[in-house]
Amino acid sequence: MTSSPKKKAKPRSVLPGFGLSLGFTVFYLSIIVIIPLIGIFVKTSGLTPGQFWDTVSNARVVASYKISFLTSFYAALINLVFGLLIAWVLVRYQFPGKKIIDSLIDMPFALPTAVAGISLTAIYAPNGWVGQLLEPLGIKVAFTPLGITLALIFIGLPFVVRTVQPVLQDLDNEVEEAAVMLGAFRWSTFRRVVLPELIPPLLTGFALAFARGIGEYGSVVFISGNMPMKTEIAPLLIMTKLEQFDYRGATAIALVMLVASFLLLLLINYLQWRSNRRVVSA
Amino acid sequence: MAGAVTVHLAEKSARPKHINESIVVRIVLISIALLFLGLVVLLPLLSIFIEAFKKGTDVYFAALRDPDALSALKLTLLTAVIAVPLNTVFGVAAAWAISKFRFRGKNILITLIDLPFAVSPVIAGLVFILLFGAQGFLGPWLSDHNIQIMFALPGIVLATTFVTFPFVARELIPLMQAQGVQEEEAAASLGAKGWQIFWRVTLPNIKWGLLYGVILCNARAMGEFGAVSVVSGHIRGETNTLPLHIEILYNEYQFSASFAVASLLVMLAVVTLIVKSFIEWKTAKQLPKES
Amino acid sequence: MSNMKKRNVLPLKSLMIIIAFAIALTGCGWNSNNDSGNAGTSNQAGNDGKTDANASNGNAAEPAASNNGGSKKPVELLNVSYDPTRELYAAYNKLFAEYWKSEKGQDVTIKQSHAGSGAQARAVIDGLKADVVTLALGYDIDSIAQKELISSDWQQQFDNNSSPYTSTIVFLVRKGNPKGIKDWNDLVKPGVQVITPNPKTSGGARWNYLAAWGYALKQNNGDEAKAQEFVKALFKNVPVLDTGARGSTTTFVEKGIGDVLLAWENEALLSVKELGKDKFEIVYPSLSILAEPPVAVVDKNVDKSGTREVAEAYLDYLYTEPAQQVIAQNFYRPTLASVGEQYKDQFPDIPMLTIDDDFGGWAAAQAKHFADGGVFDKIYVPGS
Repeated sequence: MTSSPKKKAKPRSVLPGFGLSLGFTVFYLSIIVIIPLIGIFVKTSGLTPGQFWDTVSNARVVASYKISFLTSFYAALINLVFGLLIAWVLVRYQFPGKKIIDSLIDMPFALPTAVAGISLTAIYAPNGWVGQLLEPLGIKVAFTPLGITLALIFIGLPFVVRTVQPVLQDLDNEVEEAAVMLGAFRWSTFRRVVLPELIPPLLTGFALAFARGIGEYGSVVFISGNMPMKTEIAPLLIMTKLEQFDYRGATAIALVMLVASFLLLLLINYLQWRSNRRVVSA
Repeated sequence: MAGAVTVHLAEKSARPKHINESIVVRIVLISIALLFLGLVVLLPLLSIFIEAFKKGTDVYFAALRDPDALSALKLTLLTAVIAVPLNTVFGVAAAWAISKFRFRGKNILITLIDLPFAVSPVIAGLVFILLFGAQGFLGPWLSDHNIQIMFALPGIVLATTFVTFPFVARELIPLMQAQGVQEEEAAASLGAKGWQIFWRVTLPNIKWGLLYGVILCNARAMGEFGAVSVVSGHIRGETNTLPLHIEILYNEYQFSASFAVASLLVMLAVVTLIVKSFIEWKTAKQLPKES
Repeated sequence: MSNMKKRNVLPLKSLMIIIAFAIALTGCGWNSNNDSGNAGTSNQAGNDGKTDANASNGNAAEPAASNNGGSKKPVELLNVSYDPTRELYAAYNKLFAEYWKSEKGQDVTIKQSHAGSGAQARAVIDGLKADVVTLALGYDIDSIAQKELISSDWQQQFDNNSSPYTSTIVFLVRKGNPKGIKDWNDLVKPGVQVITPNPKTSGGARWNYLAAWGYALKQNNGDEAKAQEFVKALFKNVPVLDTGARGSTTTFVEKGIGDVLLAWENEALLSVKELGKDKFEIVYPSLSILAEPPVAVVDKNVDKSGTREVAEAYLDYLYTEPAQQVIAQNFYRPTLASVGEQYKDQFPDIPMLTIDDDFGGWAAAQAKHFADGGVFDKIYVPGS
């Protein structure tokens, strides 16, 4: 795996530093990420294929994959829309308190996930500030999949905003000016000129928020209620296995999640790469 | 081009009318953004501060002065100071290789860089246990040489580095891809050397992205709970980081104290943002003088 | 464009400084860590190392003690324990440090580590250098013993199955007991919400579950199918399964969810004390289970670090009168009869099952009920 990126097509670029930067990248990636992750494969290989299949296809485990992947997907989707909106507002408009709002965006990373989970649960529980307003409407947030999605929106939001923001800041006015001069309306300027530029960072933000959501544990366990088959997330089942000293079972579930997220991320990165190429060649 | 800087400076003066939305649209968009942020981010933060001060300022400051809290703070800062620069150097190198050159397997490389985000924090801790723990692959050797990696600082740093690994790289890659290679190539054709190109051409163009990446990476490094919890050993006053200390206080029914320490983490994040604003301000002041 | 040269001076410099700083600190970090590692080793090797930090810690823990001995170097113990013993060991460590100082003239600093019982057992297995473990379940210590860190007859090393204190499972209900909950069979009634942590992740919850199972078995003359129905009905009334005991307490107390909380007696007494006498009541069921949180010396670690003597004394002293007083004050049931007599109002006498007599020991109970595909899993997974 580590050697495959090195099999390079001769770089045509006149720029220096290819060997150094790629070499360092692959080296550091290997020691911090790849070698430790190989441990998961090695540990799981202690299981026979039959045991492995039984572990990862157990009804409860399958239900938990579904919950983890679906809630992460919805959360990332919501973050995609609102993250773009927030980044747009922060870069393009002036309004009082903008600096403060800007600084709020990073808070979900700074807060330990457990604290986020505890305070979100307190707010959206049936007796919480918002929860009691929603209760009469028949909307339950805490201890439902909706609650899990909410927690994942919270932890994933900075990804989208912070990847879109620098690119948006970087956009030249001239292109937009040109579009306006050519008679394009605001919306179509956005759609035709601005949005294509933003697709790569948006996809990145989506991918990261999604990936982060799949693995998230700390904030979710407080708000999910952890009911088997209904609101039990896959990382919790990993914990459950560990609690029984079943390292292999734990790594087996982790392996399935790892491979699934790797493939999903690969797909998104590929899509992004294609959209990027289109922009460049256009 | 230097777009990043010009746009940033232009912020103060409103955008030209013909490429801006009507006032109504602006107000609606701003309101939606604020409402969303309010419900998802601001409210939880507010509740933390309200809880923190519920029992008065005495309890609040007592919680922050507690020796266990101070040692946790020290450990957290130390961890961040090691992990963040490592990942920053890596992030710049990776972004340079990926955005400035063409090579096969690029998508796989990017995906591998993303992977730590998708790994559950529990597993992120576990992989290092499997490697360095007493029952792990290197465990017996380490124990023979009296090297303690797990349940000590190196383990905590490793887990944190793993969890925050992609931040800077991921922030820079799309930005540098969008910027392309023309400027660097121009500089190279004028005879600039490798590092010269990087410091003088690339870095000014990417510095905002880099800064965001570092801030995110730092915030996450200080706030990481799950992975660190697995490798820390929870020894009080020794291997407890701030997030773990918060959990301890919460579990001891000292809710106010625990939220007080949580608010400290929020404020640490604010400090990094003040630094960011300061740098912005400084650069903005420098520019007009020179141009 | 012309200003490009000057503009980036600032970020360049600051970045360089940050990197240099980081490298310097990395060095320091690893060094200081090695130091503390060495400090540990020197303690083990027979007190030849000069450990100023430890000495000052020891003094701080015990300022009033007369420095009569002075000949022995300070020693450090690491007690790896589970969640609800924080208050108990905070108090007991002070007591023991004073005793050890007056007895041996040696300063002892006891460091504490608390987390879920299973997670702590795993940490010790994976190399956490615990001198003693004080966990929630014998099963967890057995797991450590399996890796040959603790001798397999650990349960015979100290009195009462190596359990210096015991507890039991009780019900915590809201003031006035509005749902009239008196016994286990009230928990399966429709409309009653029961709060308990997840037996898969919480040691305490396994006691809850086993107590319910034992009660049902007794009611149905040993009919296991009926008992299974009973626990199934009970867990159908559980709206939230937290991962740990204190998480459940918070759900019940702070968020106001549920009518009854199944809890350790010590946790219930503590929550009533900490969170309001006027809000909650404790109900003792007709039958409960004797919880015996065991203690053990981690043989491999104490032999390596030369702390066996003080580690054994630390656990032995738990059985003495002053320690048992502290235990009772922290709401654990004392095992010393004289102290038990003194606190008998606090700890009502109720019939209790035991894990060894009624469930054939932890290994059997774990395999039957909590392992994957066990009885507990069948409650939730249809058709398995």
